[in-house]
Order: sequence, then C-alpha cells, then structure tokens
Amino acid sequence: MIELRNLSKSFMTADGQVDALRHINLTIRDGDIYGIIGMSGAGKSTLVRCINMLERPTEGSVLLDGQDLGSLGKKEIRDIRRSVTMIFQSFNLLMQRTCLQNVMFPLKLARVPRAEAEARARELLQTVGLPDKANSYPAQLSGGQQQRVAIARALATNPKVLLCDEATSALDPKTTHSILELIREINRKMGITVIVITHQMSVVQEICNRVAILENGEVVEEGDVSEVFSRPKAAATRSLVFPEMADSVSLLTEGGQHVRVIFNGADTSREPLIAKMAVDCGILASILGASTRTIGGKAYGYMILDIPGGPDELAAAVKYLSEKENITVQVETEYGRKEGE
Amino acid sequence: MDQFLKAFEPDKLAEAWHVFLTEFPQGLWETVYVTILSTLFAILIGLPLGILLVTGDEKGIHPLPKPLMKFLNVLINFLRSVPFLILIVMVIPLTRTIVGTSIGSVASIVPLVVAAFPFAARLVESSLRELDPNVIEMAQSMGASPWEIVFRVMLPESVPSLITNFTLAITTILGYTAMSGAMGGGGLGKIAINYGYSRYKYAVLYLAVIVLVLLVQLFQSIGTHLAARADKRLKNK
Repeated sequence: MIELRNLSKSFMTADGQVDALRHINLTIRDGDIYGIIGMSGAGKSTLVRCINMLERPTEGSVLLDGQDLGSLGKKEIRDIRRSVTMIFQSFNLLMQRTCLQNVMFPLKLARVPRAEAEARARELLQTVGLPDKANSYPAQLSGGQQQRVAIARALATNPKVLLCDEATSALDPKTTHSILELIREINRKMGITVIVITHQMSVVQEICNRVAILENGEVVEEGDVSEVFSRPKAAATRSLVFPEMADSVSLLTEGGQHVRVIFNGADTSREPLIAKMAVDCGILASILGASTRTIGGKAYGYMILDIPGGPDELAAAVKYLSEKENITVQVETEYGRKEGE
Repeated sequence: MDQFLKAFEPDKLAEAWHVFLTEFPQGLWETVYVTILSTLFAILIGLPLGILLVTGDEKGIHPLPKPLMKFLNVLINFLRSVPFLILIVMVIPLTRTIVGTSIGSVASIVPLVVAAFPFAARLVESSLRELDPNVIEMAQSMGASPWEIVFRVMLPESVPSLITNFTLAITTILGYTAMSGAMGGGGLGKIAINYGYSRYKYAVLYLAVIVLVLLVQLFQSIGTHLAARADKRLKNK
C-alpha cells in the first residue's frame, strides 16, 4: 500500500517559488491499477517521482507499506527502487546494449550472478512476448517493442509497484492498447500494483480501477473510475472526460431553457429516450450537444437539451427524464458559471 | 616567387627525395609516437576530469562544491586559451623536471599533454552531455549509484561519441607536434622547419606537409570507422 500524506513539492526557479504539488493525500491499495490524470503541467510527473524519491517532497510523506521513504538514506532509497520500478514515455533503453543486456541491467545493479540474471532476463523477454529479440539492439525495434523491453526490465527485480510515466504517450492507438493489455496482465498475474500517469482519458478508462485527477498540483477529484467518470464533479474532470464539451457554453442559446441529462450507467439502448419523450409528453427537445461513453456496457456522460416552450414544458421534461433509471437531470440556467465553480 | 619556383627544379626535387628517403622514416616515427603517447596521456588525465565536469555539475548526478567546479573550469579555460607556442616555453621548467631536458621528441610530449588534456576534458564533457538525461534518470530509478551510472551507463552509452571526439583530439595533437617540432621537438615538423623555413627547401617542406595530411586522413578514417562500428543505434547491422 502506498500512502501520500499531505505531500507538497515546490521548486525554486528564476521567477521565484513554484508549487508543483500542494497537499496531496492519496491511498493506493495493493493490486490497484491507479490512474493519475491531468493536463500537462498539472504536476503528474513530479508526483510519480516523489513515489520513488527521484524528487524529495518539500513537505509531507510517502509511505510504502507503512515505511516513510522520506526518512531513508540514499543507500536505502536505492534498495527501495528495486521494488518500486518505473517505465517511461521515451522508453529510456540503453541504446548501445542488446535487449537482453537491458533487461539484465537492474539485476547487475542488484549484484545478481550473471547466469541467474541472464536466465531471468530471458524468461522476462518471454513474458513480454519478445523471446526472439534477446540479441537485437533497441534501435532495431519498434516503439511498442522497445516499451515491452522496458517493461521486462522494470519487472526484473520483482517489484511490488510499477510506475508508468506516460508510458503509452509516444505510441499509436493500437500499440497503446497492446501495451495496456500487457500491463493489466502483469497486474493480474504477478499482483503488482500499477500507478499510471497519463493525460489520456482512454488509458485510464481502459485499465484503471481507481483514478485521481490532478490540476495545478492539487487532487481535485479521486475515486473509482466508473464513479468519477460518470459523475465528474470538478471542472478539470469534466474537461478531461468530455474534452469536446469543455467549450459547450457556446452551445447555449440566449434565453433558451437548457437541461443537462446525465447518464450514470443508464441502459439507453433499450429505448430511444428523446424520441419517446416527444411521443409521451409532446416536448420536441433539440440536442445541443452530447458526450457519452460506454463503460462496461453502460452509458455514461451527458447531453444538453434545449426545451422549447415555457416553464411548464421545462418542468414536464425534467419530471419525465428524472423518472428514468440511472439518469439525473439538471436545469442549466447559468451554465458558464457552473462550469467554472 | 622566383626563389620559390627554383625550389622545385629537378635537382632540388632529387635532393628532397633524398631527404625523404633518409630522414623522413625517423621523423614519421617520431611524429607518430609523440602524437599517440601525448593523446593517451591527455585522455588519461582528460577522461576523469571530463567525467567530473559532468557529474559534479550543479545538476549532475553527484554535485560537488561550487568553488571546486569553478576552479576546474577556470583552470581548463586558462590552459586552453594560452597559445601553444607560448605554452611550450611556459612549461619548460616542468619539462626539465620530468624528462631531464626540454629538447627532443620525448621532451615535447610534456607541453603537448599540458595543452591537450584540458581539450580532452572538454571533449569528454561534451560527449557525456550528449547522453539523454532521461536515460540517467532511468538508471537512478533502478537504484544505480553515481559510480554505477558513470561506468555502466554514461561511458558505455557514449563510446561512439568518445571515439569520434578522441579522433578529433589525435588529429589536433598531430598538428601541435609540428609546432613543437619548431621549438626543439622532433618529427616531421622539425624536418619541415629546418629545410623549408631555414634553408628555403620548399620541396622538402611540401613533402612533409603531404605526409602530415596523409597521416591526419589515416587517423580520421580509422576513427570514423571505429565509431560507426561501435554505434549500435545505426539500424540493420
């Protein structure tokens, strides 16, 4: 279990002090695939580097299974780093060494005898699906293959925790998918806790069970992925979950009556909601904008409707929609202000 | 101009050929061993110094006290900015202490090393700085100590670049040996100066220049070849 307690990190720059992280409190349980998502500059990279003490927190503590990493000396931190390993956006393989030598690198650092290290490295290359690339150099591999070698290397010392720092950001969608599959498999089979740093919603959606949203060095929202994604509370979460809706304020027409219909796992495939409302209530709503995702077979997201007529029609529409299962309705009077709260 | 052209008349060319056959083998040998030994000593001192410049840097893997780094940088810049001819004279006492004399091929190695080690240190520094800082961070994230990062990551990953830069060092030092030849050293430089400058035997001078150029070409070709062969970043090998 990893606990971040009141974690803060500030840097001194030429322009003064920059608070990269502010009072972060997070708990990452064993076996989690924990997503930390945020825009660039939100502090994600600093946060992940505090977990293995590549960055020393200015304030607060990082507890790994109850042990305060901040209290450890350099030597002990180096030992901890064998159980909290990392993969990177740019793979960071040793370009002058073969794949096998790359995977053996952390084992050499750990003083594992050569023969044993080589056997382990070959086994790991097998695990990541590249048994035939042992003697190839990284330059001869594709990006996805390089990341697989990096994953094998990160697993070499039998870590408890794997930190993934934008590990799929340099890869195409198809390769991203296969790397995420591999990470999930490692999580399941080896019981390794995974922390995924990303700016891509799809990555969190695909493999994480828990997620924290980071904005300007602060955690603005945290919880189970399905929960956070279906009911994004913070503005930052909304713009990450539904980037296409981030500027939806422009959709709102002056003086119109607008309703936000939120799908919290509704089964919308069974009935055509808006068409049915037209038939049942005679309200001809127009859809100003919609953004939904299907997570686990259920619809999440929201839709903004323009309700013609007066307050009576509006009330009728809200009542009608509210009665549906797993749907909540909000009247959007001053959408812009709500968005910025 | 007349004098210059006369220097290439058949009898002068025959004389030059004679010098070529009798004195050049010894001169070439002196130039080659002085160049190689000077380069080796310069690298011996410059390599650790260059590593120190990178690792001891404020943002390096093992920052050293700022005044020490400042001192090293000033020393290197000072030695690099003294013109080589003047440096030869400046280190005469040192040369006498080490070699016993300030005249001859062996003695010329001392000023060459003094001139070349700061250069080598800068070359090593630039080679090591070419390395992607993310790779060093990777090594740190795997629990590597500064020592391990230097010997298991920085140096092995920089081998092709180091070979390229050491080739630059050896060709530059070769040029310097010609200068030290004029100041009491031996080798092709001495022959060129003695015949060409002192006795207007330009044919000999030009022959010496041709041999020096071929030597530079040879060192450069070997260096380029070795660097390319060492570099595993080049695909399809």
